[in-house]
Amino acid sequence: MSHFSATSVPHLPPVFPRLAICGARLIDPATGLDETRDVFIADGSILAILPCGQSPDGFNADRVIDAKGLVLAPGLVDLSARLREPGFEYMATLESEMKAAVAGGVTRLVCPPDTDPPLDEPGLVEMLKHRARNLMQAHVHPLGALTVGLAGEQLTEMAELTEAGCVGFSQSIRFPLKDTQVLFRAMQYAKTFGYSIWAEPRDPWLGISGVAHSGPMAGRLGLPGIPAAAETLRLLTLFELVRMTSVRLHVCRVSSAAGVELIRKAKAEGLPVTADVAVHHLHLTDVDIGDYDSNLRVDPPFRGQRDREALRKGLVDGTIDAICSDHAPVDDDSKQLPFGEAEPGVIGLELLLPLSLKWASQDKVGLGHVLSLLTHRPAAILSREAGGIRVGGQADLCLFDPQSPWVVTTDTLFSQGRNTPFIGHELEGRVVATMVDGRCVFNRMGF
Amino acid sequence: MPRSIQLNAKGELTHLLSTEGLPKAILLRILDHAKDFLDVSKMQVRNTDLLAGKSIFNIFFENSTRTRTTFEIAAKKLSADIVNLNVNASSTAKGESLLDTIDNLAAMRADMFVVRHAQSGAPYLIAKHINQVAPHIHVMNAGDGRHAHPTQALLDMFTIRHYKGDFTQLRVAIVGDLLHSRVARSGIHALTTLGVPDIRVVAPLTLLPSGTAEMGVRAFTNLDEGLEDVDVVMMLRLQNERMRGALLPSPQEYFKHYGLTEQRLKRAKSDAIVMHPGPMNRGVEIDSVVADGAQSVILSQVTFGIAVRMAVMSTLNGVAA
Repeated sequence: MSHFSATSVPHLPPVFPRLAICGARLIDPATGLDETRDVFIADGSILAILPCGQSPDGFNADRVIDAKGLVLAPGLVDLSARLREPGFEYMATLESEMKAAVAGGVTRLVCPPDTDPPLDEPGLVEMLKHRARNLMQAHVHPLGALTVGLAGEQLTEMAELTEAGCVGFSQSIRFPLKDTQVLFRAMQYAKTFGYSIWAEPRDPWLGISGVAHSGPMAGRLGLPGIPAAAETLRLLTLFELVRMTSVRLHVCRVSSAAGVELIRKAKAEGLPVTADVAVHHLHLTDVDIGDYDSNLRVDPPFRGQRDREALRKGLVDGTIDAICSDHAPVDDDSKQLPFGEAEPGVIGLELLLPLSLKWASQDKVGLGHVLSLLTHRPAAILSREAGGIRVGGQADLCLFDPQSPWVVTTDTLFSQGRNTPFIGHELEGRVVATMVDGRCVFNRMGF
Repeated sequence: MPRSIQLNAKGELTHLLSTEGLPKAILLRILDHAKDFLDVSKMQVRNTDLLAGKSIFNIFFENSTRTRTTFEIAAKKLSADIVNLNVNASSTAKGESLLDTIDNLAAMRADMFVVRHAQSGAPYLIAKHINQVAPHIHVMNAGDGRHAHPTQALLDMFTIRHYKGDFTQLRVAIVGDLLHSRVARSGIHALTTLGVPDIRVVAPLTLLPSGTAEMGVRAFTNLDEGLEDVDVVMMLRLQNERMRGALLPSPQEYFKHYGLTEQRLKRAKSDAIVMHPGPMNRGVEIDSVVADGAQSVILSQVTFGIAVRMAVMSTLNGVAA
């Protein structure tokens, strides 16, 4: 496949060390467990979870990890991370971004279909899955393009794409589907096979040339605006089509207070709808654009303070199911441009946990709750049992120091992208080690 | 909102990017300097050698012969060397990035960049970059997208001061396509800084930006009401491509409701002045009788524009008139 950069990584037979992680505060939001426990891992699975000091009969650890003072949680499940392959290798590569994922404690991630070419053919999806598997890091779940070439006209071979590994189907926020008839048929077709539709709600006309939230800030800076109604109009359309088709809909990257309210009502009505928010939207607003900082150019745009508060509230009351990174590495040449011309997106894989913890600490949200939004609840959207810690389950784990302060610099990040407004910020909470299938794929301790 | 990128650590003007956040003292000093360059009795702008040996680059990413010429004349009257670059037609078409272009021009020993760009905020990107790589170069914004056109605002303030003297008792109406107007945005900030108590904007809702109230102005959709008892009428240019489409149905209908006619002007004070940044669309936003009438100060604005741009250039270079 010429679309992918050449690689010589051999497919090694898996080697599963026997690990003992001792003394950590074990938090499993799926069961509500929050106790100090020792965890024993063998053959890629969790063999036992025991009170400290005990160990399973005849268990000889290849490695014992002293995790006192650390939190052991399920590996994070990120519902949106762009790995930029195929097609955008000048922005980032699978190698660099998969490393960033595990450095951020992410053991499972969903990648959107907005690659070049888009993920609209099974071969592309298989190759991406294969390349990712060979790296033996996080599990990768691609979203298939909803329409061929994301052009909004012809449905993709959804069944073939699902067989190749796609977990849902999506248009890109950059190319919202204009034809409501096609959108309706796509949802009907997806429902036929029980697939889910993932949609970033954005009207294909209203504010389509906008680059910032419509409001006083955009007005003052002379930037074309994207009104919140561009989000709500699309949500209303999507929900109406869900009523007609009963397809499962995942709303990606809600950004406005009015949008949160519509999702709340849709859920109350019993529609099969879930939703996520990008972690940076919990912290930044349009005012932060300041002197046209192009690192603040994102889709959907940063909105007002009231919108930010509504997003946070939506996470507390369950309206929003998950926090994702919406990771989008962008090369300097595409970012160091006038605001309106700059490529949208920020990196976030390595900031997902600390920025979520920052919100939790500001709004006095418990560690268990914030972790549920990063683990088993997004896993449930993927219809996976992942995102928990249970005996016999897959050993995808994230070990982190919840208090450790660190300063975000380009040197402290593994992502090839440097596009984040959080450079120079001091954040608390840092991933110490990440386990995927019982294998330690990242550790900062040098054990 | 910090706008400190225009000012150096000592609070002196080092770039002119926007009238927003421009300290009143600096703004007034520029107007005073401009007056020194102007021989009021002859309505002529004097030559000086204040910037002899300095190189000023006119970097226009968006074409505008007229604006470029006013900067060129101002530079020549200060005895600076002026280089005109129409970047739109040269390097960016070859794929060179904006900052590469700037690096190349900086290497040609420029002292000042006069920048026009179709994207709001482009001069900020350039000024931030210049501060890193060539901090001796001053950046002057000659218009960026919909955002700012500070020298136009300063020359408008000079004109108002020339005819009206005191700012603190004035009623000013800005009429036309405010949504896309950098002239209006910069004008509003300057008028606010100078203490104008009543600033009105008049346009159909399709041409009003969001957040006018936050900018401290009153919005009117009826021109007659907006003009009531004003001292200054600032007309804005309506771009050709916006006359027919989703913003407006036709230039005829626009003129009928928003064109400044002799009849409508009677709503304003009898000694009100009429301004326009040019080029005018006669019969679209303004009637010829008004444009050429006794209350029109449109050609004076052009003359004052040279003196004001000289004042900004000399202020940025730290030389007083």
